[in-house]
Amino acid sequence: MTALTTPARPKHDAGLQPVPWRRMAWVTWRQHRATLAGVAALLGVLAVYLWLTGLQIHHAYATSCHPASSLACNINFTGRYAVSVNVARVLLQAVPALIGAFAGAPLLAREMETGTFRFAWTQGFGRWRWTLAKLMLLAVVVAAAAGAFSVLFSWYLSPFSAAGYSIPFATDVFDLREVAFTGWTLAAFAIGALAGMLIRRVVPAIAATLAVYAGLALATALWLRQHYMTPLLTTKLSLPASAWIVNQWYTKGGKFAFGARGSQIINAIQHYSCNSSNLSPAQCLTQHGYTWWASYQPGSRFWPFQWIEGGWLLALSVLLIAATVWLVRHRAA
Amino acid sequence: MNVIEASGLGKRYGSTWALRECTLAVPPGHVAALVGPNGAGKSTLLNLAVGLAAPTTGAVTVLGGLPPGSPAALDGVAFVAQDTPLYKNLSAADLLHLTRNLNRRFDQRYAQSRLGELGIPEKRKAGQLSGGQQAQLALTLALARRPQLLVLDEPMAMLDPLARHDFMATVMTAMADDGVSVVLSSHVLTELERVADYLVLLSQGRVQVAGQVDDLLASHRMLTGPAAGADTYADRPVVHVRRGEAQAHLLVRATADDPVPPGWEAHPVSLEELTLAYLREPGASALPGPVRGRPAPRESGQPSEVTR
Repeated sequence: MTALTTPARPKHDAGLQPVPWRRMAWVTWRQHRATLAGVAALLGVLAVYLWLTGLQIHHAYATSCHPASSLACNINFTGRYAVSVNVARVLLQAVPALIGAFAGAPLLAREMETGTFRFAWTQGFGRWRWTLAKLMLLAVVVAAAAGAFSVLFSWYLSPFSAAGYSIPFATDVFDLREVAFTGWTLAAFAIGALAGMLIRRVVPAIAATLAVYAGLALATALWLRQHYMTPLLTTKLSLPASAWIVNQWYTKGGKFAFGARGSQIINAIQHYSCNSSNLSPAQCLTQHGYTWWASYQPGSRFWPFQWIEGGWLLALSVLLIAATVWLVRHRAA
Repeated sequence: MNVIEASGLGKRYGSTWALRECTLAVPPGHVAALVGPNGAGKSTLLNLAVGLAAPTTGAVTVLGGLPPGSPAALDGVAFVAQDTPLYKNLSAADLLHLTRNLNRRFDQRYAQSRLGELGIPEKRKAGQLSGGQQAQLALTLALARRPQLLVLDEPMAMLDPLARHDFMATVMTAMADDGVSVVLSSHVLTELERVADYLVLLSQGRVQVAGQVDDLLASHRMLTGPAAGADTYADRPVVHVRRGEAQAHLLVRATADDPVPPGWEAHPVSLEELTLAYLREPGASALPGPVRGRPAPRESGQPSEVTR
């Protein structure tokens, strides 16, 4: 049993070439092609839907909406396709969450759950390199697919924006546009991967991913996004429709009078009989010596806001992926 | 160069020590059997040795001082985990391709001819293979990496006797042809007798016995004599006493040359008898170096020794 013919083998670390990174391309493809096919099918079906209805919408807009205030536009364009757009918006909001839950979360959780990590992590490639390569490859593919898809959505939505029905900052549309949508998809994937490594079981990891993603998206829409840049202040009542009014209030004689909501403004409106005039409450109250103030984000800030949101989501994703790789490397299995 | 060397190695999960104060040196060129009851820390020790777990205390190295999990250690150590986890949805051919991509060396010809001999269709998914075939496939993937050390965690637990035989035949062939050192854990004692030439006995998270099987067998004798005399026997260290109505059987540390007291008969022991005796006496130990556990009177002659 003594080894007389031990083949020549490299000694220790000296000159030990690591297994090339590119080898993980085949491994990742072979192991996750079903997942990638699922992502492709999901985005593909939605893309076909957007493409077909988008063509109709563009056609209706081109034939009926000159001007956009015309009755023909109201009936043949807005009235006919508003529901389609709402359906599309709701469906698309779920896309990053689904990708995070079904592409991100099982990635490591399944390895932990079935014990195959004991196989994968004892191969020559090394466990943290294996994790990093897989996560990066899939993250790039998923983000690229989402980015391409969001371009299609922007095209789909463009007649509504042109007709003034959809302001660019609208909460249910902003995060479906190019940069933000890519960022959200990437972040959802990274959240899923980390949740999978932390929880180590597929179904709870999926649930956690959905919960964390929903919480983050909600918090961003409700509280965070409006603070990306300092809002502008105005007293001019003729703000363009593309502006996103963050806050509004009234002053009288240089002192704060009341906000745009609440019992005080109701009392004032009733006191000056503004509800019976043709004017808007703001116009009416202005005539009675009040000054209307608004802090707002102008429509021209749409792209800076997209890049800010995409930027911090990218940073978050990088952080989450780094944390996942760190866990794989340091946490005892 | 020891293929596995541990000093003061301990691993705690939560508040439970799965392994403690494990000091061990397994020399190369052996099939070393890691034996112990369930929960003795066998899997823990092997997981530490292949770098899947990190020690709580102490240290372990492989292949002459390499830290487990380091690139060189991963390169030289192949591991087949308990229940041979494989990607069930991949075909045998895909698993070969996958393993080839994940390692610096992979002997594709060897792997394919092994699958051919075993009658494992390359197109079949791993999940559709029998338990024995899955174990053989996992072993083939490990051996095709041409490792210096092959670590097998309970490789035969799920196999029927025929599959066990075939599995160990593959291991022994690789050992003879390639000089690979093998460390395997098992609680199937009868299998080990045929294949293991080095024994490490773990009990309650501690190493109880370690040494070459030949040395261990040569340094233990089974004495059979009157039951009444069992308590007064003190010529040699007693590992375990088994009493019948009239006779007692004493497993003692003694060589064939040691004198046998009058009225007693000495027999050589089998590996299974020796292992069972130690497993029944968790306090007894036969270790290279100082002996712990029950007081060992008049220690003369090393019970076993480790090749360093």
